[in-house]
Amino acid sequence: MIVIEDVHKSYGNQHILRACSATVSLGEVVVVCGPSGSGKSTLIKCINGLVPFERGTITVDGVSVSSPKTDLPALRSRIGMVFQSFELYPHMTALQNVSLAQIHVLKRSRAEADARSEKILARVGLGDKRDSRPSQLSGGQQQRVSIARALAMDPQAMLFDEPTSALDPEMINEVLEVMQELALEGMTMMVVTHEMGFAQRVADRVLFMDRGQIVEDTPKAQFFTAPVSERARQFLTNVLTH
Amino acid sequence: MNYRWDWSILFKDTYMGWLWSGLLWTVIISLASWAVALTVGLLAGTARSAPSRSARLLAGIYIDVFRNVPPLVQLFLWYFVLPEVVPDSFGLWLKRDLPYPEIVTAVVAIGLFAGSRVAEQVRAGIEAVGAPLMPAALATGLRPAQAFRLIVLPLGLRAIVGPLTSEFLITVKLSSLSLTIGVLELTAQSRHVENYTFQGFEAFTFATIGYLVIGLCVTGLMRFIDIRIGGAALRKTPA
Repeated sequence: MIVIEDVHKSYGNQHILRACSATVSLGEVVVVCGPSGSGKSTLIKCINGLVPFERGTITVDGVSVSSPKTDLPALRSRIGMVFQSFELYPHMTALQNVSLAQIHVLKRSRAEADARSEKILARVGLGDKRDSRPSQLSGGQQQRVSIARALAMDPQAMLFDEPTSALDPEMINEVLEVMQELALEGMTMMVVTHEMGFAQRVADRVLFMDRGQIVEDTPKAQFFTAPVSERARQFLTNVLTH
Repeated sequence: MNYRWDWSILFKDTYMGWLWSGLLWTVIISLASWAVALTVGLLAGTARSAPSRSARLLAGIYIDVFRNVPPLVQLFLWYFVLPEVVPDSFGLWLKRDLPYPEIVTAVVAIGLFAGSRVAEQVRAGIEAVGAPLMPAALATGLRPAQAFRLIVLPLGLRAIVGPLTSEFLITVKLSSLSLTIGVLELTAQSRHVENYTFQGFEAFTFATIGYLVIGLCVTGLMRFIDIRIGGAALRKTPA
């Protein structure tokens, strides 16, 4: 589904990504973890072309992201993305947030889009919040609207960029539950997160990044019991013992 | 102070007629130059944040030139200099055939000056409030132009209703500059009345109240727009 091959990215002479290669197969849930500044967010934003990269290739469903011939908007419409800070449109209601791209990208009628949006908002537990603006919602609710906005496009895969990092501890679970449900339904997902509990419950594989490199790409069980790299072992000791 | 107040001159047909006609021209020039300012400002402010380098450069030159030359000088350049430096036939047309030449010139000059200021407000609104949501909008599959039109610009504009109110008010007050090229707007007509009656205080009291009322109407209108588009609600930080 997603194939990342030898991707390099630098800002000036600072290397953000170095020779990153990985694949995410259909229906797979891959968690990306690692210390801050290791390039996790940059990598996930390369996948839908929000961040350009210099070398290497990324293909999504057989379509190259960096090829100038690719219709990038069309490609993006098939990949949902959820951001750390929600990034909802503050001047629109929850329903309008979820309907907008359906109307303007998928060319659904407003009625059709709104009906779909209502269904999806109900699915993420926000059926009663359709007319609320983002500022009237809690962080957890906003992030669920943002997940709904991505799901409304019927994506083939979902990218999550630290979806719970900006949330109060109490609200993290309501978001993780929605994500877990998605995973169980077979959605292809790539999730950058520090939530190791989520990784343990849901992930098929774990990518561990450090200083721009993917230093570990192992099945979940192995990652948590016997990580290959010293750096991953150290990271796990630090995050799991507190 | 040895001044003999005589409010009755304000109610004499001739002088009342002059003052009201001045007020009317002030309103017309203000609204027309604001329309120019808003149109040009929106275009230049948008171009300033466009992906095209030449569009950004062009808008930048316009803003730098028009924002940094005194509006009075600009008015004189448009009125006295322009007709002499363009090809003869066009210069002649400007001087002889252009209907309401002073008023049209005032509207263009004030509008383009105010437009350069509006452009900077628009750019600031787009950069500070609208543009940060660009990646999220693109991620849903919107094309860059759609994302700009549907999200970035509407958000940017909602953020700057306050500063735009000030620009609108400045534009109203700048309309008084047009008396220098012979437009008989409110300030000019007040001086006119003073010259004929020596009752300048009364005439300028009328002008003061006139500007005040126009200003309050502008403030009220912009406040109404702000509430209608939800700008005020957006600026309230969530609890």
